[in-house]
Amino acid sequence: MELSEHIKTANVEDVTLRRPFHPALRGTLCVTSHHLLFSDRKDEASWQLLILLKNIDAIEKSVENLFGYPRAVGSSGTITIKCKDLLVLQLEIPGMEECLNIASSIEALSSLESVTEMYPFFYRPSHLTLNGPWGLSSTEQYYKQTERLWDRWRVSTLNSDYSVCPSYPSAVIMPREVDDDKLIRSARFRQGGRFPVLSYCHHRNGMVIMRSSQPLTGANKKRCKEDELLLQAVIDGSELGYIIDLRSAQQAQQARMTGGGFESKSFYSHWKRIHRHHERGKVVQESLIKLVEACSDPSHSVDRWLSKLENSKWLSHVHSALSTAGLVVECVERDGHSVLVHGSEGTDNTLLVSSLAQLILDPASRTVTGFLCLLEREWIQAGHPFQQRCAHSAYSHARLKQECPIFLLLLDCVWQVWRQFPLALEFSEALLLRLAQEVYASNYGTFLCNSEQERCAAGVKENTHCLFQSLLRPDIEEQYLNPLYEPTDLAIWPSVHPQSLQLWTGLFLRWTEYAQNMEEAREEVWSIVKEHHEQAGPDRTNNTLSTHCDTLTPFENLMDELTIL
Amino acid sequence: MEHIRTPKVEQVKLLDRFSNKSVTGTLHLTATHLIFVESNSTSAQEIWILHHHIASVEKLSLTTSGCPLLIQCRNFRLVHFVIPRERDCHDIYSSLLRLLRPVSYDELYAFSYNPKQNDQQREEGWQLIDLAAEFERMGVPCDQWQLTDVNREYKVCKTYPRDVYVPITASKPIIVGSSKFRSKGRFPVLTYFYQEKKAAVCRCSQPLSGFSARCLEDEHMLQAISKANHNSRYIYVMDTRPKLNALANRAAGKGYENEDNYSNIRFQFVGIENIHVMRGSLQKLLEGVGTRSLSMTDYLVGLENSGWLRHIKAIMDAAIFLAKAVTVEGASVLVHCSDGWDRTAQVCALGSLLMDPYYRTIKGFMVLIEKDWISFGHKFADRCDQLDPDPKEVSPIFTQFLECVWQLTEQFPQAFEFSEWFLIQIHEHVHSCQFGNFLGNSQRQREDLQLKERTYSLWAHLLSENQNYLNPLFSPSFAESHPVLEPSTQAYHFKFWRNMYNQYDRSMHPRQSILKHVLTLQESNRELEGTVQALKTKLQKFGVNTSPLKPQTPPRECSLPPRPQSLILGAPLLSRKEVQQEEDEEVFGEEAREDAPASTGGERTVEGSSATENSYGELMGSFGSKNEPGVVTLEFGVARMTC
Repeated sequence: MELSEHIKTANVEDVTLRRPFHPALRGTLCVTSHHLLFSDRKDEASWQLLILLKNIDAIEKSVENLFGYPRAVGSSGTITIKCKDLLVLQLEIPGMEECLNIASSIEALSSLESVTEMYPFFYRPSHLTLNGPWGLSSTEQYYKQTERLWDRWRVSTLNSDYSVCPSYPSAVIMPREVDDDKLIRSARFRQGGRFPVLSYCHHRNGMVIMRSSQPLTGANKKRCKEDELLLQAVIDGSELGYIIDLRSAQQAQQARMTGGGFESKSFYSHWKRIHRHHERGKVVQESLIKLVEACSDPSHSVDRWLSKLENSKWLSHVHSALSTAGLVVECVERDGHSVLVHGSEGTDNTLLVSSLAQLILDPASRTVTGFLCLLEREWIQAGHPFQQRCAHSAYSHARLKQECPIFLLLLDCVWQVWRQFPLALEFSEALLLRLAQEVYASNYGTFLCNSEQERCAAGVKENTHCLFQSLLRPDIEEQYLNPLYEPTDLAIWPSVHPQSLQLWTGLFLRWTEYAQNMEEAREEVWSIVKEHHEQAGPDRTNNTLSTHCDTLTPFENLMDELTIL
Repeated sequence: MEHIRTPKVEQVKLLDRFSNKSVTGTLHLTATHLIFVESNSTSAQEIWILHHHIASVEKLSLTTSGCPLLIQCRNFRLVHFVIPRERDCHDIYSSLLRLLRPVSYDELYAFSYNPKQNDQQREEGWQLIDLAAEFERMGVPCDQWQLTDVNREYKVCKTYPRDVYVPITASKPIIVGSSKFRSKGRFPVLTYFYQEKKAAVCRCSQPLSGFSARCLEDEHMLQAISKANHNSRYIYVMDTRPKLNALANRAAGKGYENEDNYSNIRFQFVGIENIHVMRGSLQKLLEGVGTRSLSMTDYLVGLENSGWLRHIKAIMDAAIFLAKAVTVEGASVLVHCSDGWDRTAQVCALGSLLMDPYYRTIKGFMVLIEKDWISFGHKFADRCDQLDPDPKEVSPIFTQFLECVWQLTEQFPQAFEFSEWFLIQIHEHVHSCQFGNFLGNSQRQREDLQLKERTYSLWAHLLSENQNYLNPLFSPSFAESHPVLEPSTQAYHFKFWRNMYNQYDRSMHPRQSILKHVLTLQESNRELEGTVQALKTKLQKFGVNTSPLKPQTPPRECSLPPRPQSLILGAPLLSRKEVQQEEDEEVFGEEAREDAPASTGGERTVEGSSATENSYGELMGSFGSKNEPGVVTLEFGVARMTC
């Protein structure tokens, strides 16, 4: 069926649009295969609102009509549109039939299942060509750039046809001394074939962060020699490695009943296992739903707000993610040991923890390019099932299937780190907000599908544009820069006291009046920094840097940052 | 001096409140301070605690390592010492008990504190704030309001200042009559005049109305206030108490205005709780956020159960109501609570701050505190437990006011000339008893104590280092476009003020600061501009035309702005020498190496950020031992698990 067949009424005049903190507007509403377009009727400088239908999470309709008088004068309907980026809009549409038609078109077109029907496959802006490079980096490139790996590690292409592990990319980095046959056996011993692969090698001591899925030990404690050898090769003679299991000890025990399990001490004698409980799947999705609900009700008393905030548990997830990432960093940086991170499938919390740890450890991942590369390697290529996880956001009434805002949780954690180290990241909150939006609905193909294999099959790289490439175009990138950026080579350990973590107002209160004053303050910071650059000239920025370093005092820790930028 | 039995104890351990870290050092007890000096020579940090800041000292039960001494301070510092010998601990304990309970005003630090200023400088300090000039700034006296000398000798009301402003039509007999009908004689007087609409904010205490009593003079007084404003036919009477409290007061012969007896008043309860509720609430809050290994859930539940933010919102709501009534309706408002020195002060001061951009500047904020808090007799001595403690009188009323202002600075980052460090510094000194401003309970008492002759003024001290308290984002044009602040009172705007209540828990604070960084940039901008100007003049002197001057011209050393030692938390630069020392030590002590990351390769952390401080988990090196389910204490949040 053609997409256009879903559209029964394409155009309605005299529609009233209501948005938070803006006066109501009257204009024309159009539905196309992928967009909802509203434009007001003023002749000069007409204003338009273009919403990707995929961005629409839920719609609610109410029609008022005198019964028995179809198309009577004054019959009208209201559609409330709740977007995945948390914006809520209201459209008053004259004519009941039109209203119902529009609503049903939106419902049908916003929940397309087929990847190739999605907008990225139709998005053809004049300034981009499809022949350009797609993506920023690949396993091979990362390996080439990372000289410290060359000695002991190699790139294995055993997964080039995605048969060993369907959710892994075609190439992975493995210890030199383990051959591909062993890897295949290890893959059979891990859920979904996700055998331990290298995710990061620390630039200071060569210690690595590996990630995998759970071993399939099962109830009768199976073992896999090759898996054991593989992990032994990872630590290579050093006496100790840590396995951070993202489940509680009890959960890990229970997983054995369903064929999963954990690395037993007796078979992995040089690895020390630490359990950290992390919520996953539905629980996290429900947290998001509860949190957004709490944020969108302005009538709450302070007590009720705090209780709802607590009840949503969202901040608890942020807390545990950052703490576990901190623990991984502590193992690698302070104790000088390698770490293997896994939960069950190794596609969600595992990626969250390993990428946060890298952000804390690795100065290279704190630049715009570095951060996007990190996301590309650790989320897109590593097989986070974006399509399943981000099918719906906080408003949808659809029955939850595989939805889980783990990626949003990552962005929130990064924001928390940025709040505590406002000078250490090259990118600003704006980039995080943009990503939070793109991951749910996008013109670009970057977040489509669930794995490299699926993307290959759908021809994503050939037929869509790459978000990361376009974010890095100089004129675009500028919007996402942090004016205060001063690179530091050190690990940035965030504080994880509950008092140090905050609600990400920039995202969750994005559509409230709160944003405006912050925006002005942000501009003020920009102008001060710009003035500084102009006055000081390019070669002088170094001086301020050293000035700044000279005067850093512990009392600076007492300084709060305003909630700006 | 005679109270100090053991002036020095060695080998004392100082335990960190939130981790297992501890440092060893020497404890000194002086007449004014308790000082802890870390013995590690390379990073000797010092902690100086003023006796007046100590709220309580507690001796905990003996442990194997010694005798623990827990000291809680009014500036929310909490220190936990372990003293090796029980006898030393007891000596320190009993000396402190005596020292932190001064029996007379003369024992307060303010009377011995000497910042090496001469008498003239001291006098100038006291003259900085002039309330008569402030009323003049508001446009008072005017055709409707006048200064009255009725309280010149403190005869009518002992807790009011000498100079009070009343409507022209309020004669002396009316004032005196009204004062007899008001609790503690606190009759209605002017505190803020909104010139644009000629509307007045007045304050008083509750009427002694009981169930039916009335007083014609008092009714005339309110009439006079109403008549002084031609913009509005009525005045609002705001009773800032919950209705139930006001009703209960009637049984004691007090109460609230009966609308039938007063013509043209609109009566309104606001519902701010009393000092006892507030004291309990803060107690709960501090217990919550002082817990070790606090989980997110416990933190939020604790925050909610304390009710603290609810009370803050109640005060804010009242102030917004006041500001709206005055600026939008142009009506005059009379504010009172029971005695009119706690909630009334909060609401009047905060309301004025919302209406008048002047109070959002550094100088203006001092004036505001001087006017609504100090001169109108907020009982600082009782509320802050300065002397002769009555635990039932202590209450964080002023702290709440400061917090309300902080909440506003968070909503309006450009509206205030000062940053939160100004507020925190004021809070520090309200309790330090180092300056004369906040001593005593009323102006009259301060005069009796001859504070202006015998002590120094905090305001002069703060102004002398005001560059430490500037808000770099302050924009005077914002004040022009927003003369009246209209804060949102959505629940999510009320946040926990970590930098106040956990101000000494360094591991909680952000490791880098936007505010400070921007201040540095701004200052260096100014510096550079100055240099450019200077060079221009110089060149002109030599007859060189300079118009397209390149910014690179100034020599390098000029472009490095001399930074104040400790920009923030007002390290007193000149005067408070000993505290300066403390902060210097902290500055160059423990974490100085980390402060200049480029120069050292040793510590791989940023600005005081270290794993040990955070304690993500204690990784035990118990590997290799054969007991397989090794117990690993994972101390992170509340997570304690075994594997």
